[in-house]
This record gives sequence, C-alpha cells and structure tokens, in this order.
Amino acid sequence: MSQEIKITTPLDESAVLKLKAGDSVKITGYIYTGRDAAHKRLFELIKEGKELPITLEGQIIYYVGPAPAKPDYACGPAGPTTSYRMDSYTPSLLEKGLKGMIGKGLRSKEIIDSMKKNKAVYFAAIGGAAALISRTIKKSEVIAYPDLGAEAIHRYYVEDFPAIVCIDAFGNDLYETEPPKYRKE
Amino acid sequence: MRKIDAIEISDKVKSLFLEANFNIGEDVLEALEKALKAETSKVGQDALKMIIENNRLASSEELAICQDTGLAVLFVELGQEVCVVNGDFTEAINEGVKAAYKDGYLRKSVVDDPVFDRKNTTTNTPAFIYTDIVPGDKIKITALPKGFGSENMSALAMLTAAHGAKGIVDFIVDTVRKAGPNPCPPTVVGVGIGGTADKAMVIAKKATARSIGEYNANPKYAQMEKEALERINKLGIGPAGLGGNTTSLAVHINYLPTHIAGMPVAVNVCCHAARHAYGEI
Repeated sequence: MSQEIKITTPLDESAVLKLKAGDSVKITGYIYTGRDAAHKRLFELIKEGKELPITLEGQIIYYVGPAPAKPDYACGPAGPTTSYRMDSYTPSLLEKGLKGMIGKGLRSKEIIDSMKKNKAVYFAAIGGAAALISRTIKKSEVIAYPDLGAEAIHRYYVEDFPAIVCIDAFGNDLYETEPPKYRKE
Repeated sequence: MRKIDAIEISDKVKSLFLEANFNIGEDVLEALEKALKAETSKVGQDALKMIIENNRLASSEELAICQDTGLAVLFVELGQEVCVVNGDFTEAINEGVKAAYKDGYLRKSVVDDPVFDRKNTTTNTPAFIYTDIVPGDKIKITALPKGFGSENMSALAMLTAAHGAKGIVDFIVDTVRKAGPNPCPPTVVGVGIGGTADKAMVIAKKATARSIGEYNANPKYAQMEKEALERINKLGIGPAGLGGNTTSLAVHINYLPTHIAGMPVAVNVCCHAARHAYGEI
C-alpha cells in the first residue's frame, strides 16, 4: 500500500479505478461540501426527478460544516464530519455520477456495494485536523442552500488537500483491513 | 455574601470557551507526543503528526482546533455565599457563550428542535450547565466544548452487581470497539459508574475533562482505568481508525454510590481534541 498520488478534479472513471485503498492522495481542483441537511435536500430532488443545484457527474463531495472564516482567511477550520449520517442518501448521489466522497468513519455495506457498481471512491481525511486542512482550501463560495449556514453547499478550490483512499472502487476498505494487523486481543 | 456581577460571569465564560477551542491542554499534547513515539503503524504516525501540527497551528493563529466547536457544556461549582447581581446566572453564562462563538469565529452547532425543524439557533446557545452548590464564595467553572462525532458513540448499560469490575471493563472496551473510527481516535474515554442512569452519564462527561495522567484516587478504580486502556489499545483501531496501537489516550472513571439493585455504567467518548478550560471568579 501507500503510493502518494496527486489527483485533480473532476474525476473520471479511469482515474477512480487507479486509486487503491491505502494510497495517500493530494487533491487539487474544485470540490463541493455537504452534510446531512444538504444531502437530504439533494436526495428529495432526485427522488422527485427535479434538477439539482449542482452537477454531480465526476465530482467529489466533502462532508464538512466549516467554522466561520476569520478576516483574511479563505475558509474557517474545516475537518471532515462522520460519514455514516450521509449513508441513507448517498446511493442516489452515486447513481447521479458522484465519483468521490471525503469524510471520516465507517460506511455501510450498501454504500460500498453502490460504490463498486458506480465506480466511486471514499477518501478519509484526518478528523480534528481542521485548522491544518483549511490551509489547503484556497477559495470558498456558497453554491446552494445559504439558509443552512455552515451546512450550505459550498464550492471549494483546494490545492494538495491531504486524504487517504479508505474504500476504493473495488470495495477494499482500510477500516476492515488495517485494524486486524495491530489487534492483540 | 459576596456580590458577583453577571457581566463578570459572561466575560469569564467567554474567555474559557475561546481558550478551550484554540488551545489544547499540555496534558493532551504530551499524550499525543508519547503516542507518536510508541505507534508502529505508518499511517497512524502520519495521522498523529497531523493532529499535533494542527493543534500547534490552531494555538498560534487562534483558530478552532476542530470545526465542530461543540455544544457548550459547563460544570459550575457555585459557592453558596455568592450573590449574582445585575443579571441572571444562566443568562450570564449564555451571553458568554454567544460572545465566544461570535467573536472567536466558532461554529454555531445548536438546533432548536431535535426532531422537526432543526433550525439553527445561530448563537450556539443554550449552553448545557451542571451546577453544584458548594460552600464558599467563589464560582468555579469548567468549560467543555463537546463535539458530536464522539458524543454520538456514547453508551449506557444498566449492569448489575453480578457483572463486577470485569463486566464494566468489558462494556467500556466493547463501546470503543463498536465506535471504531467514528469518534476521531485516539479518544479520551469518560466513564461514570453508579448513581442513576442520568447521573452516571453526567459524571462520565465530567471525567473526560480530567487531565490525562491523573488516575482515580481510589486504587481499585485506577486499576480498572489502566486495564480498560490497555485492552482498548489492543483493539488495533489506531489513530483516525486506520490501524495502530493508539486507540485511546486515557480512560477516566468517576463513581458514585448507587441503589442496592443496580450498577449503572455510562461511557462518554471524547475525541483527541479533548478540549476543556477551567477558571474561577
């Protein structure tokens, strides 16, 4: 494991398929943010067959609700939030072409199956490294749902955003494979 | 009676929440450095390095350590000879929280209704305040911004005497195992034993604010803390849950008398950003 790879957004299928669980990545380009509340709205629109406020094809969604930015900062502290809260909405988004998700924590089997089917990847960012991660966010703008405040969908321009391929498009899951190597029970 | 102006309480609460959100305690930093030396997983080492660097950056630039700046939880010891003047005690605390979260560029994470509208109160209030009335003429405040990635991994078990110390340690370890990577390991695990179901959880939360390296004064409970920590760090979950020897930095147990029929055990998990600040008026 652990090659370090620079990737740029948007992601196409061939780029996704090159990524293997355990790879360290540095992501450059535009990514979108979304938490539970925004996911719920996107999910409802998809269910009703309505147009979405963002195009998901080839995109990465970062599960984050940033702190407010101080003056002269592009973005406030912005570390990943726990991903399982998005699980019930995620398969619909993957069906719409979403290629990457950045978060932290476990995903359900249903998500992993949908990722395999739709060729998508789940990146882990380090939870609680919010101030450090925010340094790689160079631009931030609200794209949709401003009423949700920190939970609004933002579009970030990131440079060398640090993450780890946690679950690849083949269903390999670091949370499954790594802890047993260190287990001493 | 000693008169304390409400504004003094607000100012103190504000400064404590700013302090807690920007500056991780020396005890946590030391525990992280120690964990880094002992960690054998490369990914685990990298995660710990990032966490340490993040803590230093947050402190030097006065940025929130984590974007989840938490619910504002306070443990207050209110001296019974204190008379709060020019305002209301609870309101004074909430004003302090509001000011910290506004002026410190901290995230407002409170929704007014847990089930239906879930509308953000935009001030990060109300604060959640636990007050003990104590002898004396001081107000002692511990401010604890509590993030929910870890809070969501909390658990309560209404055990019985037959479970004994082993049953308790099993439950603690099992709770951490089930939480896996979700609560941002390496965690600080607060445990409350005894009292009632509700009181057990309150003292578990209070235990997360104890300095790392301090053990329960009762050697039997200190032994349980050591055993639980040792077993947790054999789970292999590791920093950020990506595998390794450092799953928790500490297990802190508080205990209380309880009913003859029961043995409540509450586990309140705190992420590696174990933020708390203490002050007196």
